[in-house]
Amino acid sequence: MIEAEGLTKRFGDVVAMDDVSFRADDGRVTGLVGPNGAGKSTTLRVLCTVIKADSGRARVDGVDVAARPLDVRRQIGALPHLSGLYPNLSARENIAYYAEMQGMPRREAGRATRTVIDRLGIGDLSDRRAKGFSHGQSIRVALARALVHRPQTVILDEPTNGLDVVATRALRDVILDLRRDGRCVLFSSHVMQEVAMLCDELLIISEGRVAISGTPDEILRETGCGDLEDAFVAAISSERESK
Amino acid sequence: MNAIVTVLRKEVRDTLRDRRAVLSSLAGALFGPALFAVFMNFTVERTIDEGEAAIEIPVVNAADAPNLVGYLGQHLIEAKEAAFDSREELRASVRRGETEVGLVIDKQFGTALGEGKAARVWIVADRANASAQTAVARVRGALRSYSSLVGVLRLQLRGVDPGVARPLAILNDDVSTPSGRSVLLLGAFTYFLLFACFLGGLHVAVDSTAGERERGSLEPLLTLPVSRGALVAGKFAATAFFMAVALIIGIAAFAVAVDYLPLAEVSMDADLGLVECAMAFAVLVPIAVLGAGLLNAVTAFTKSFKEAQSYSGIAMLLPTLPILLIILNPMQPTISMMLVPSLSQHLLITSIVKAESIDPLYFAVSATSTVAIGALFGLLAVWRYRSEKLLV
Repeated sequence: MIEAEGLTKRFGDVVAMDDVSFRADDGRVTGLVGPNGAGKSTTLRVLCTVIKADSGRARVDGVDVAARPLDVRRQIGALPHLSGLYPNLSARENIAYYAEMQGMPRREAGRATRTVIDRLGIGDLSDRRAKGFSHGQSIRVALARALVHRPQTVILDEPTNGLDVVATRALRDVILDLRRDGRCVLFSSHVMQEVAMLCDELLIISEGRVAISGTPDEILRETGCGDLEDAFVAAISSERESK
Repeated sequence: MNAIVTVLRKEVRDTLRDRRAVLSSLAGALFGPALFAVFMNFTVERTIDEGEAAIEIPVVNAADAPNLVGYLGQHLIEAKEAAFDSREELRASVRRGETEVGLVIDKQFGTALGEGKAARVWIVADRANASAQTAVARVRGALRSYSSLVGVLRLQLRGVDPGVARPLAILNDDVSTPSGRSVLLLGAFTYFLLFACFLGGLHVAVDSTAGERERGSLEPLLTLPVSRGALVAGKFAATAFFMAVALIIGIAAFAVAVDYLPLAEVSMDADLGLVECAMAFAVLVPIAVLGAGLLNAVTAFTKSFKEAQSYSGIAMLLPTLPILLIILNPMQPTISMMLVPSLSQHLLITSIVKAESIDPLYFAVSATSTVAIGALFGLLAVWRYRSEKLLV
């Protein structure tokens, strides 16, 4: 479970996040949607404890991200914007490295790596070096790496970006699996259709602010639009006007 | 602690998989000894050749001084007769660089000698021609000894003790040991080893910081429950490990090169046995700590792989400066010099090569100071890793 209250972050003169508050529950998929540069990545980075908010607070399963970052990192699995695999290591080695860095002894890390490889069906990639992976393959391995310690909260930054249909579908299955497992999944995207298909909760952000949030139905009702794409455009333009 | 070992193991494995990185480190470690071997071999062979081989020089008017020509012949300086007819012709040939050195004997040579006067001989040479100087020195030396020989004979003929004309007896008493003489030639030793050492750690330092950022693997790494200090420590340890390995390879290659070179023939002796090699390693290994700190600190502040490579290239020059200084301006080691990294190692290595004993205190001060400075650089890298600017 993620709780954010009034998160604000500036980079110089640019306000990347302005009073962002929301809640992402366990067993639900929460989508963070917004145009490029809206502050999606910044929000996710704060939750992943990679950067600190200037003000406001955020908790993951009740643990404050600013006060106890190491404890938060044990509970989350993060897939950042780029897959960030080590090209000279095999998929298995990449995953096992993270398992060990999560504090597992080597043997246990090996076991956890085998389990996650089976679960994500990437056995054919496991002993190949990451150097030759396609983008879709890299993302799947990076996702396995983020899930190897079975985190309760999973944070994915534009995971479907640049994926083909088959890879997107595989990723969707993993996300739905996680939801069934009772995990909290937070992911960002700028593709509305994808979000509509997956998300239980939606958070549209624009220019660093939360423009509108709720279930897809609630959002449609509130904006009076026929589909989510129109709702999205309506929400971000009203946000821009109010500025 | 476990995380440090995990990072270290991963960085070592990652680097060993990169064939280009391994080859360039290896080339760096072997470059110095190879260059040294080729250069020394050339120098030694030339010294041996020119000192012993017979040389042939043109002598104008050789027929006017048969005894002198015979004397020169005994000293392996053969007169090439009738090569040139006049002094002008010889001068022109020397000026063109076709002839290194030649002799012109005065037409009045015989007469002057007979009358007990100074007979004239010209050494025709180009002083700007460096390669001719060994031959010129030999000719001049042979002429001097012929001159004093004739002088002694003249005095004896007149019943005078030849000692009268030689108030000073100048004798050389060279106290340098054969190993000591090789120091000049082995001055490059520390320099090359430092170079090898830094090049060995360069790739892993650049790749594990700037490279990690450029590939986008740094951000997920920072979401792992490992402190920034442990991350830097692991990368630091990996860099130091590769630097130490490069050092071992470099020292071993030098030992092989020195063993194979005919140093003894130019009255030098550089004994690089197992003990000396082990001592050299002990003296130099703190540099691996310093270098790991320096390289990791520099690369942590750079944004891209390319930037990291160029800045660490400059940083690599830093430790060579004190060595250049001491080569240009030789000084006796003092305890305060032991505080300066690379300078202290150079002085200690020089002592080892000279087969002198090393003051354990000097060794301890050198090692402690170098490791401490390396640790400070490491802390600087940690400080940088804690900053958000690392990612942006």
